[in-house]
Amino acid sequence: MQELIVQLFNGISLSSILFLSSIGLAITFGLMGVINMAHGEFIMIGAYTTYIVQNIFIDHFPKLFNSYIFFAIVLSFFVASIIGYILERLIISHLYGRIVDSLLVTWGVSLFFQQLARSIFGAPNVSVRMPDYLQRNIHLTNDIVFPNNRIFILIIALICLVLIYILMYRSRYGRNVLAVMQNREMAASLGINTRRVDSLTFAIGSGLAGIAGCAITWIGAIGPTIGTSYIIDSFVAVVAGGAGTIVGTIFGASFIGIGETIFEFLTTSSIGKVLVFTCVIILLQFRPKGLFAVKTRVLDD
Amino acid sequence: MLEIKDVSATYGEGTVLKRVDLKTYDNKITCLIGRNGAGKTTTLKSIMGLINVIHGSIYLDGQSITKKSTFERAQLGIGYVPQGRDIFSKLTVKENLLLGLEAKHGQGMIPNYIFELFPILRDFLTRKGGDLSGGQQQQLAIARALVANPKILILDEPTEGIQPSIIQEISRVILKLKEKMSVLIVEQYLEFVLNIADYCYVMEKGQIVMGDEPQHLDKNMVSKILSL
Repeated sequence: MQELIVQLFNGISLSSILFLSSIGLAITFGLMGVINMAHGEFIMIGAYTTYIVQNIFIDHFPKLFNSYIFFAIVLSFFVASIIGYILERLIISHLYGRIVDSLLVTWGVSLFFQQLARSIFGAPNVSVRMPDYLQRNIHLTNDIVFPNNRIFILIIALICLVLIYILMYRSRYGRNVLAVMQNREMAASLGINTRRVDSLTFAIGSGLAGIAGCAITWIGAIGPTIGTSYIIDSFVAVVAGGAGTIVGTIFGASFIGIGETIFEFLTTSSIGKVLVFTCVIILLQFRPKGLFAVKTRVLDD
Repeated sequence: MLEIKDVSATYGEGTVLKRVDLKTYDNKITCLIGRNGAGKTTTLKSIMGLINVIHGSIYLDGQSITKKSTFERAQLGIGYVPQGRDIFSKLTVKENLLLGLEAKHGQGMIPNYIFELFPILRDFLTRKGGDLSGGQQQQLAIARALVANPKILILDEPTEGIQPSIIQEISRVILKLKEKMSVLIVEQYLEFVLNIADYCYVMEKGQIVMGDEPQHLDKNMVSKILSL
């Protein structure tokens, strides 16, 4: 029982990373009808940004090392956002509504980023050192131990969730995004610069993936293909939850994260994954647009 | 004043507007009538920059807007009420109205006169757009286009699927609005047009075939064109 609780907690922790990595995908797919295979590379960009920040702190500000993670979170977001913004302007904006083309082109972009990372940081994985307080554990009982790093990741995800909610449902920008998602032509006819909404949304989605990348560095080593290991789960989370919704993404990420961890615990690693994907396939038989499908012109077309 | 000069436009494969000339004037209601598929909605979409104009120019207050994006045209002062209303059904009435302010870069507030024109909207501010009746949605669509105080209001079939009492209400509002702006209406309901229009254009097969003040229009000819 104790082990199951620990596994459940690990599942929630994985879900929070998946949520951060898939929310950007969910919104951009709902808004622009683009399948962005390069999204995983923003996770990688966030992870390497954290690695660089860590190295800078070790070399130049060793006394402040324990606080480097806060700089790393902010910088991971901004570096991934800026690269996302440039990518959207240069490439993605030409692919709106062309799902197959977008899939192929962004896959190429993904390979480019991976090779670039290999050239800069080398092929072997690198690891990021956590501050001391993240290396400790919280002992609920003798057998139930929650690592601080995973609790910290959960807190970061919750803060991001609240900020995303405020941005999407309590701000002018969010209102514009929802309008563009529902009816692009009408939104433009009211004076909304839909191109700018697209670019900003893509940048924010990329930035959140960057934060996911930052979080990943605290649970394992990172390498040029780190994004690939999360992108499939992120896509499945979006498809299961329904593109374009925050609630759907929370559900999808939780289902994949907790489901995988529990099934893997009860069976084996590969059987666990098979069971989760089987559940998603069954779900899609009954809800082809995901559990919390949102109606958007882009997706309807 | 809005002026369309020699405009041809394409929609998909075919040319649907052929050398259309049309003018609207301040404080006047201009109506464009014609049967289904004559090119009326396409004319409005070309004014909004929603379809491809292949020839000719569109001017607003003497300034060419032919190359402007749709959102820039809205910001220059064109309020658009499309056919079918296109209310954002998942957003509340208030959010729909606030979106209208985007034509002024999101600045300012919803003017009070909007609620004087459509008092029902004040009571339904927190209701979802999709939960309103057809007539209420039409009022919301007009109100949303008016929030940013446009120079010209363009309405595409405002009486379509609306009950007679609301049609009367909409006529009353449009007549009131012409004191503030120029109005261009696309409509098939001839009686409605003849009651409110200062000038009428008749369209057939993508071309303007007639244009005059309503009292001078050959009603038999117009009826014949509309029923063809």
